[in-house]
Amino acid sequence: MIQLTDIQRIFQVGDQQVHALRDINLHVGTGEYISIMGPSGSGKSTLLNIIGLLDRPTAGHYLLDGQDVTTLSEEQQAHTRREKIGFVFQFFHLVPRLTAAQNIALPLVLAGVPEKEREEKVQKALQQMGIANRADHRPDQLSGGQRQRVAIARATVIGPAVLLADEPTGNLDSTSGHEVIKILEQLNNEGLTLLVVTHDESLGRRATRRIHMMDGAIVQDTTQTDSTDAP
Amino acid sequence: MKTRDALLFALDSLRGYHTRTGLMLLAMAIGVASVLLLTSLGEAARRYVLGEFASLGTNLVIVMPGRAETSGGNPAVVFGGTTRDLTLEDMQAMARSPGIRYVAPIALGSAAVSHQDLSREVPILGSTADLITIRHWQMAQGRFLPKGDVARGSPVTVLGLKVKEELFGSRRAIGEWVRIGDRRFRVIGVMASEGRSIGVDVQDVVIIPVASAQQLFNTQSLFRILVEARRREAIPRVIEHLKQTIRKRHQGEEDVTIITQDAVLATFDKILQALTLTVAGIAAISLAVAGILIMNVMLVAVSQRTTEIGLLKALGAPRRQIIGLFLTEAGLLSALGAGLGLFIGQLGSLAIGYFYPALPLGAPWWAFVAAIAVALGTGLLFSLLPARRAARLDPVQALARR
Repeated sequence: MIQLTDIQRIFQVGDQQVHALRDINLHVGTGEYISIMGPSGSGKSTLLNIIGLLDRPTAGHYLLDGQDVTTLSEEQQAHTRREKIGFVFQFFHLVPRLTAAQNIALPLVLAGVPEKEREEKVQKALQQMGIANRADHRPDQLSGGQRQRVAIARATVIGPAVLLADEPTGNLDSTSGHEVIKILEQLNNEGLTLLVVTHDESLGRRATRRIHMMDGAIVQDTTQTDSTDAP
Repeated sequence: MKTRDALLFALDSLRGYHTRTGLMLLAMAIGVASVLLLTSLGEAARRYVLGEFASLGTNLVIVMPGRAETSGGNPAVVFGGTTRDLTLEDMQAMARSPGIRYVAPIALGSAAVSHQDLSREVPILGSTADLITIRHWQMAQGRFLPKGDVARGSPVTVLGLKVKEELFGSRRAIGEWVRIGDRRFRVIGVMASEGRSIGVDVQDVVIIPVASAQQLFNTQSLFRILVEARRREAIPRVIEHLKQTIRKRHQGEEDVTIITQDAVLATFDKILQALTLTVAGIAAISLAVAGILIMNVMLVAVSQRTTEIGLLKALGAPRRQIIGLFLTEAGLLSALGAGLGLFIGQLGSLAIGYFYPALPLGAPWWAFVAAIAVALGTGLLFSLLPARRAARLDPVQALARR
């Protein structure tokens, strides 16, 4: 469902050109569970941003569900992002003044979904994440794990095809980090394509397919069957 | 995104930063309130002055001896340099027109008025019974000059309130004799203190029959002739009649100046309207300042909410929607500020009205419309730049921060 062909991303820093991504070719099938690992500055976040349509490649083609999304207008890209892609961030990025339920409803509000339908979906998402009793709490009244669960609910409430997680456990203690990973894997089992960017080797090893990056290039791409029960 | 949701979202973010919201509301409110207050003061001044003139009678036509090229010009031209006097006969000839309701002459001089050993130099006004009707004056005690033959002077006088108090104190003046110049007059009335009068201070004047005044000052000439037309529409006809009469009586020369109250009124109206607009313009500057403040605070808000904007983008909000959200917020702020300003303005208006009840306060309708329009206009205009900056934000960088 994701097909990257000769993707390049060059940043202009002062009068120096920085190759954040060099000739990336990557195919991701529906329902895959992929971890992207590598040291800081290896380009893994840039890759994730390009897949998430937050960033445009300098060169190359990106087909999402068979459609070339690199040529879309800003508005069409935003629309595609809303319908097909969910984001989970290291720092959650919840809107502090909105309650958990309102935060989850945000993408639905932006999409103009009627209020009644919205409420049903939000309730379902809250149940699924096990935070139904926290619906009316603001982010500062929630624990880190709960906040990340709200963020995951928000990312998935519209029913995207791909979930992109950038260090989803990076800001959590190991217990709640583990819980969050369990939830993400559960969603993957239900058919959601999952891409996780992480520093954490043990987290990365849980994925069925592991991509290692270095200096903007994929240096290793291994698929391992039956790895979900790894420690 | 639905309009209602956009409004709710904007309202939420306004509530989320209440200090900022409060300050901006205050700035907007002060701007709007000052526009309203200043225009309503200007309007009040205009209405007050117009009211003053109207109380003299809008159908009033004033005939002055001498030809002045510009009405209400140099007083020296009006008062001096008279070629031919206006006389009582002129006046009687003028009165013969169906368009005229009342005519009253005014002879003006100054003489010492004394009672027992008290004496005072006051302006003496010689006129007839119709003067009180034309000028809409009120009597405090007694009656005004009697009707009767204009050319025959009877020894009666009406005192202004101040003159009466200075000569008689609290004692009764009616029926007493006073000496004016070298003649004796019997007091038949006292004028009420007249709050609304322009020109002559009715409190500080002594009124006697016009013929007596002419004898007293040994002159045939009149200072003014006041003519009241029956209807406003009749005024042009009356003026033509007055000119013809004068030409006939003054050997073909039109050596009088005729002023209508209407003309004076219109001029004052124009001047005061200009004044009101000027004042409103000055107040509008404060609204513009409020607009710039809104821009400033909005720019701060954009940098404060960078991550939120980045998030909205990641959640699939296109640029247009983000601009829309920020403008909704600014519009909401301006509207609320304008509403608050209207309230404060009305409150201020009430307060001024309480302390100065004579002022007919009340902003004209266009001031309300203009204040609200300018508030919304500046609010939206000055938020355009911050909103576009927000929309152009790079979501990757915005989300890289905590």
